[in-house]
Amino acid sequence: MSSKYSRQELFAPIGLVGQQRIREAKVFVLGAGALGSSGAEMLVRAGVGELTIVDRDILEWTNLHRQQLYTEQDVINQLPKAIAAESRLRAINSDVKVRGIVADVTPENVLELFEGHQFILDGTDNIETRLLANDAALQLGIPFFMGACVGSYGLTFPIGVKEGSPCLHCLLEALPPQSLTCDTVGVISPIVVTTAARQTAELLKCITGATMEPRLESVDLWTGERAAMNVQSMKKPGCPSCSDTPVYPYLSANEVMRTAVLCGRDTVQLTWPKNRQVELIPFAESIRDIVSNLKQNPYLVSCEYNDHRLVLFRDGRMLVHGTKDITAARKIVAGLLG
Amino acid sequence: MEKMIDLNGKSYSVVPEVGTIQQLLEHLGLGDRILIVEKNKEILQKDYYDAPIMDRDQIEIIHFVGGG
Ligand SMILES: [Zn+2]
Repeated sequence: MSSKYSRQELFAPIGLVGQQRIREAKVFVLGAGALGSSGAEMLVRAGVGELTIVDRDILEWTNLHRQQLYTEQDVINQLPKAIAAESRLRAINSDVKVRGIVADVTPENVLELFEGHQFILDGTDNIETRLLANDAALQLGIPFFMGACVGSYGLTFPIGVKEGSPCLHCLLEALPPQSLTCDTVGVISPIVVTTAARQTAELLKCITGATMEPRLESVDLWTGERAAMNVQSMKKPGCPSCSDTPVYPYLSANEVMRTAVLCGRDTVQLTWPKNRQVELIPFAESIRDIVSNLKQNPYLVSCEYNDHRLVLFRDGRMLVHGTKDITAARKIVAGLLG
Repeated sequence: MEKMIDLNGKSYSVVPEVGTIQQLLEHLGLGDRILIVEKNKEILQKDYYDAPIMDRDQIEIIHFVGGG
């Protein structure tokens, strides 16, 4: 009988043994946006045993040019991405036990979500969540395949795939106060697919027991620039996330953004952690072209963005007016700051 | 005198006013980014970004971005 996976089994580095390992793998896909869609589709077609995909968002028209699991009808139906992804992935390959979960991944729930999986694919859209996932994956001893992309540029890095290799926290000496995001500089779908393909290839290699290296890779599909580095030497013996005595700082809630709905004001307040204070002037400069009504004084920056008024205070608080929805507010801010 | 280097796999002509890695990063608009620099296959710690750029150096720069 010709198996669904015969062409994959014919690929010698996988073979029948590798396919059996893929069949037994339980994979977690963090985010069902662009990278998550693309990676999840490849993993489901490859025939992994179980795939869990988690996302906090509802589909929007602006997603369709790069988020390959979704259709116009899904947007019209205002479906959560995790739900639309689940049904599409099940239709692609009924062998796979697919589960979609609508949730915001936070320090409170991340360990519970990851538990029971053996591999994690990064499909999130901001560095804060990546560092949270890095800590959780290290604590649970699960390899985490990081990927990120904006514009025509993408990078990948596998974490926890080799004894004594550096983690994401080792590489990011300091958190960027803000970074490029798809909402500020745009993105084209070829870099999404390229980045997801690299992450997924590393993940499949890891499933099949290939020798892994901590290689940080980048490519810009528009300019043709590319880079690849073995970053083993960047392992920090005192890293709070991956040393011999780790404290997993991003798992404790005071290291990440805190949120609160301001009572009776239709406003959400986001409070940045102390290690990620946002500087007012660079922030104002970075958003000048994409927001309207930008105003600043020594104490705050305010602007209008996506029909919301945003106010950033010097003490690291931001108010998102016009919503009581914490998830929506976080999303708006993640869009601006990454 | 103009230096030619290999930057992220492409040949790149360094303008005369750029003498060090740090100046190159600023010239490329990457001065305030979180990034990792490799010079001639060795990862360069931040303290060494004042290292001079020599003709035919092989330089790779990977900067972190938020999206996905
Ligand atoms: Zn580390």
